[in-house]
Amino acid sequence: MAATKPAIDMTAAMVTEAVPLADWLLVAPILLTMTGGALAIIFRKKPATQPWIAIAVISLVVFSNIALLNHVLTNGVVTMVMGSWPPPFGIAFTADPLGALLALMASIATLCVAVFAMDSIATNERRYGFYPFLLMLLCGVTGAFLTGDIFNLYVWFEVLLISSFGMQILGNEKVQIDGAVKYAVLNLIATTLFLAATGLLYGLVGTLNMADIAIKVQALDGSGPVLGLAALYFLAFAMKAAAFPVNFWLPASYHTPRLVVAAIFAGLLSKVGVYALLRVMVLLMPEGRDWLSSLIGLVAIATMLTGSLGALAQTDIRRLMGYLVIAGIGAMLAGIAVGNEAAISGAIFYAMHSVLIMTALYLLVAFMFQISSTFSLREIGGLYVRSPMGAAIGLVLLLGVAGLPPFSGFWAKLLLVAGALEAGRGWVVAGLLVSGLLSTLAVGRLWIFAFWRGGNEHTVDGIQALPIAGSAEPKEISLTIWLPLVALTGLIVLIGVFPEGMMSVSDYGAKTLLDPSTYIASVFGGTQ
Amino acid sequence: METLFSMLVGILFAGSIYLLLSRKLVRILLGIAILGNAVNLLIFTAGRLTRDVPPIIPVNNYLPLEATANPLPQALVLTAIVISFSFLAFFLVLGYRAYQELGTDDLLEMRVAEPKEHYEPPLGY
Repeated sequence: MAATKPAIDMTAAMVTEAVPLADWLLVAPILLTMTGGALAIIFRKKPATQPWIAIAVISLVVFSNIALLNHVLTNGVVTMVMGSWPPPFGIAFTADPLGALLALMASIATLCVAVFAMDSIATNERRYGFYPFLLMLLCGVTGAFLTGDIFNLYVWFEVLLISSFGMQILGNEKVQIDGAVKYAVLNLIATTLFLAATGLLYGLVGTLNMADIAIKVQALDGSGPVLGLAALYFLAFAMKAAAFPVNFWLPASYHTPRLVVAAIFAGLLSKVGVYALLRVMVLLMPEGRDWLSSLIGLVAIATMLTGSLGALAQTDIRRLMGYLVIAGIGAMLAGIAVGNEAAISGAIFYAMHSVLIMTALYLLVAFMFQISSTFSLREIGGLYVRSPMGAAIGLVLLLGVAGLPPFSGFWAKLLLVAGALEAGRGWVVAGLLVSGLLSTLAVGRLWIFAFWRGGNEHTVDGIQALPIAGSAEPKEISLTIWLPLVALTGLIVLIGVFPEGMMSVSDYGAKTLLDPSTYIASVFGGTQ
Repeated sequence: METLFSMLVGILFAGSIYLLLSRKLVRILLGIAILGNAVNLLIFTAGRLTRDVPPIIPVNNYLPLEATANPLPQALVLTAIVISFSFLAFFLVLGYRAYQELGTDDLLEMRVAEPKEHYEPPLGY
């Protein structure tokens, strides 16, 4: 028998007090989605049961995220450490308003997609695992939004990436495999660069905890290595977010998967890149952001302009949507480039708005295909007669993505423009407004061609077009299509008409990012 | 020691980027494999290299008796190896399927998703 060790005081080395019940909300979305994903795999031979598992689990995640956002707004930034190791040694989950808000929006978008997919994903494709992939994708995205550890962020990136690969090739068509090659290779290179930057950052500051990094980066003498790292992080996340000139994987791949899959990609994946940029550039390395701000501004403007010009030049509606995603990414980057409180708040607001509206737009494209059986702007037409309700929803969503009032995108752009003016960056304002005008033209054309024009390209305008459009068989549109579309459109209008609530959340998020003291206090305060 | 390793990492990165810039899918996959290993070695080197001192605490002690190797980068590399290995496996299958379906491993000829023919968008309005 070995000599008995003297009793030691574990409170110095471990977190001994019990975790408050409300703080479990931080890991609840991860636990729920992982369990749900495993359940959905167990039920892989029962494709009729799978959607109900997914919908039940994602609904719980939505409620949990609402509670988490409420918790963060009332009590400030919350932290939970894994395995009772005090930070910076244990992996910390830290929810600030930015992370909690985006996690909530992501779960709402995923819920809508899960409902929409009930009818639009064929039974054999469900057997190949649509719902498990969807749940694991949400798991990865939520984990990325809530983690407070930079290596853990990399792990969540990989979780969402591998799920997205599985969803991308669902259907096994030639065009999907072609798109998947480009999507997968470029995204993996981006994530590997992110990992390389993280390795170097660890070599520089000796920690992986984000709050600890924020402290130690400020304390470094000599900013050279930090600036280099900021540039490497910027390249990696810009590739992930699809910023010009490293965004060619997006137009090559986003039109190839099933439209519900494209909806969740457009809603969540590129926003994760923008979120990581906000986190790393603004919270961890403010010095690097200041140094790179002109470059980020140029990239932002090029992204916005190529996005909206690309949207104008497309014949295929799915590819047009891909370019609109890119234009939105440019607007968020503009907020990061300007970097004052209003602009960061605008970027957060835009990210939140973009999650909802890009998901809704791809679902709208699926709805349009359901009625008209075509994606070509030349062939499509007469949808107004066939579905006035769909035309109304389409008008709201298309004007919303262009940033026109009274929809949610307007307030985001207003904040961005106000922030850029305040910082004296007139050229960023010019880029934002020109890109807004071009996007309005692109979506206006889409609405006019698809909904307003009586039939295909050669239809004579005017009252005589009505019989052509009306003669087509009316198609039955099921509730699983209406419900998500109406819910997302309703949210976009609601946020657009009553923006104060969201704006106070995004302002709070911007304050927490720009002044990391509350974030750091939340991680270290309770345990040291 | 770290200097030598840094140079090795640099050479691996250069080789993998050269392969990634190729048009042939097989070479790109090889480039990805090398890139993953280059990054693993980079993390390992960034955590500082120490020889022959495993981070093990002897019985009846609460602290290691001498300076030991840093175990954290090893844990990170282990995670990264697993991830890059599984991704490489997926990519090999994807590359093979792409060759089967598209009949080519030349990226310039993989134009199913983005056909070469350019259609003018409708010009009304």
